[in-house]
Amino acid sequence: MASTKKDPVLVILQLTGANDYLNTIVPYTNPLYWDNRPKVNIPEDQVLPIDDELAFRSDTEQLKAIYDQGNMAIIHGIGFENSPRSHFRAMDIWHTCEPDKIGIDGWVAKVIRDLDPSAENVLKGVNFGQGLPRALTMRGVPVTSVNHLETYGVFSSVRTSEQERAQLLDSFARMYAPAIGTGPTMEYLGQTGLDALKGADIIKVAPERYSSTIEYPNSTIAKALKDVAQVHLADLGTQVFYTSHGPFDTHFNQGGSHAKLWMEISEAVESFFADLREHDAGDNLVMMVFSEFGRRVRDNGTGTDHGAAGVAFVLGERVKGGMYGAYPSLKPEDLTQGDLAPNYDFRGFYSSLVDKWLGLDPVPIVGGQFEQMAFV
Amino acid sequence: MPYREDIALMAHLMRRAGFGEPRGDLDARVSTGYEAVVEELLHPEEQPAINDELMYRIFPGYEGALGPPINQADWVYRMVNTKRPLEEKMALFWHQMFATSNAKVDNPPELTRQIAMFREYGLGSYRDLLVELAKSPAMIFWLDNHGNHDGAINENWGRELLELFSLGVGNYTEDDIQNAARAFTGWSIAPKIPRNPLGRFYWNFEYKPEDHDEAEKTFLGHTGNFNGEDIMGIIVDQPASPRFLARHLYRFFVADEVQVSSWNTTPPIDPEAIETLVDAYIQSNGDIRSILRVLFNSDFFKNSQFARIKSPAELIVGTVRMAGSHNGFKPGYNNLALECGWQGQELLNPPSVEGWQTGSAWIDAGALMRRVNFAAGVLGDISLPGVKVMIERVRAQGNLSPQALVASCLDAMGPLQVSDATLRELLSHALKGGDLAWTTSEETSDSENRVGKMLTLIAASRDYQFA
Repeated sequence: MASTKKDPVLVILQLTGANDYLNTIVPYTNPLYWDNRPKVNIPEDQVLPIDDELAFRSDTEQLKAIYDQGNMAIIHGIGFENSPRSHFRAMDIWHTCEPDKIGIDGWVAKVIRDLDPSAENVLKGVNFGQGLPRALTMRGVPVTSVNHLETYGVFSSVRTSEQERAQLLDSFARMYAPAIGTGPTMEYLGQTGLDALKGADIIKVAPERYSSTIEYPNSTIAKALKDVAQVHLADLGTQVFYTSHGPFDTHFNQGGSHAKLWMEISEAVESFFADLREHDAGDNLVMMVFSEFGRRVRDNGTGTDHGAAGVAFVLGERVKGGMYGAYPSLKPEDLTQGDLAPNYDFRGFYSSLVDKWLGLDPVPIVGGQFEQMAFV
Repeated sequence: MPYREDIALMAHLMRRAGFGEPRGDLDARVSTGYEAVVEELLHPEEQPAINDELMYRIFPGYEGALGPPINQADWVYRMVNTKRPLEEKMALFWHQMFATSNAKVDNPPELTRQIAMFREYGLGSYRDLLVELAKSPAMIFWLDNHGNHDGAINENWGRELLELFSLGVGNYTEDDIQNAARAFTGWSIAPKIPRNPLGRFYWNFEYKPEDHDEAEKTFLGHTGNFNGEDIMGIIVDQPASPRFLARHLYRFFVADEVQVSSWNTTPPIDPEAIETLVDAYIQSNGDIRSILRVLFNSDFFKNSQFARIKSPAELIVGTVRMAGSHNGFKPGYNNLALECGWQGQELLNPPSVEGWQTGSAWIDAGALMRRVNFAAGVLGDISLPGVKVMIERVRAQGNLSPQALVASCLDAMGPLQVSDATLRELLSHALKGGDLAWTTSEETSDSENRVGKMLTLIAASRDYQFA
């Protein structure tokens, strides 16, 4: 396989369940923050100030370090107008770029299509997790979706000896081989089965080739990012990785669960980039982090309810670190139904990555022209 | 002993009108007689319903559950355990045709209530069903009819009712849409109490006479002060209605068809079959049960074995029914429900108002891998009760040649019909182990394992993707 090492690579990390913006990038000197968050706040002795207004939370010290090295962009106030405050609808909007109607095709699938128009590489886009997010679905765009990298493949669900498994796989390949006169549907099934087999065959070299001194922490996000690193380092031509972490839906007892999620992410992301650095493979990869919306400004006693504007991040060696856009105002008159008002359209965020990082025309992917930012 | 063809035909009927029947139960069905079994299927009320009270006692989380997976699991439980297979299959049919999605409704228990309504009305009068659909709170919210006011119409419901739920593109004008929307003004839901922190709660259909447009309307050539019921009455008498419904029924029960969006430009693959169903509609005044009676007893249905790709729900539910892995109150329904979504059919959350794209659109590399791994994993597990029964069927035939091993496994799983190419590879796989013997305990254990592997391989075949 031709080396594609220097092709740009995008890793997408989805924070499922709506991450609390206010307790992620904390407006720690704003009295309105303390007024609205009597119970669900980050105490002053637990913040890592960025400047005299905003701070990371102390359980994300690894992210703060990456930020201080200039390798992390914070994108403020991201969202869209008339945010529906429904997880499912909001996530669909993020996935399809269709705020006004029900969209079907995923924006990431369109990216993959444009990166590999003849669908030559079944590993051009790889999802780590169960099932495909709608962002990755589109007819005719093959995407490989991996639950566990080590065991990924046809018959992974079958308990058997290695010898028997090999025989089963051999018979599977023969059963799916092209045969004359079977008709278009059987031919399509045959080709698709062989594609699945091929994807699994190629991707299994990744854990075989991988070696690293980095020890990832023990969390599902660390496991997923380690899988991303293995496939990236195996140089299989993958340009888009997708994975999720959560649940961020912290209506009750937010404190502990939100802290744990961010600690896991912060440690996992640190290990991931350290791993890439060790292999000199970090200069063609950026990671974007998003959530479907933020949470309500005023806490509900132990947690927070569904809000509107959120925060997104972009990380990587090639990122122009710093803060982009403005933190939405917490003044009561500036809120929209008690929520931070979005001031930056997420499609502009996507467009910046699609255009400036992946070098593709963003208009057909996000469905229009939107203001870009120069974080890459 | 019934003829092989009779068994195969009965298996076909049970796959299509339900979610498949274990091979061991088919002989008795065949003795009852095909037409009598069709009548049984058409009259679910004569069979016991799922005992909700008992189910909720054992799965207390299901009752009024808020989250999507539990509401999906509730439905999958019913699909697996129902004694009224056609009632459940029709609920899935109407969910596909009247696709309502949690992506916007964001109220899974309300969608569960819509599915229950499909069970209740799904085999009766088409007109009554359409009226109930218009009153379904999930539908009202999904297509914005609560925002459809006298003097300020929202035409979303009116449009989709005509385009996707009854007539199909090309059989109405924009004026008809507007007038239908006017007739449905005031068909709303009781005001929502703010959701948080109270959580989700049931909605109620509410007719608001003060918000109903009382002026005269002209709809599809009829003029009058129409209300919603009148609109449904006019719709069901349009020639386009039976045709559109017939095509949906054909696609769901008979053979894969092009997607709905091409129906106004692509003729049906079997126009004669559509005519037969249209006649049944007209003869019966739009009685769904009567139309299905004609469908299941028709030659075009009987000759359509393995002409459809299974939807994920059909594949999953059919497989676990065959393997006996989930009969009754067993854990794991949540995973079965999630598996439907992972294979591309998230129940209660279809991708759009057009429903799922069916046929080969179910298949991509990721989905196919999941389908294969799911079915192969379940049917290859020789500890499961249904798989044990299949092994016993094979064993009852004594020592077997490789040819007989393949044939008896295909029979135990259906009977299934496979292509020559698949058959050749199954045989070549079986030949590697030689004849099957059951004399010593080692032979028995080896043979059980080999039957399990043959079931695994058949479950992984292209042919198993078809119903």
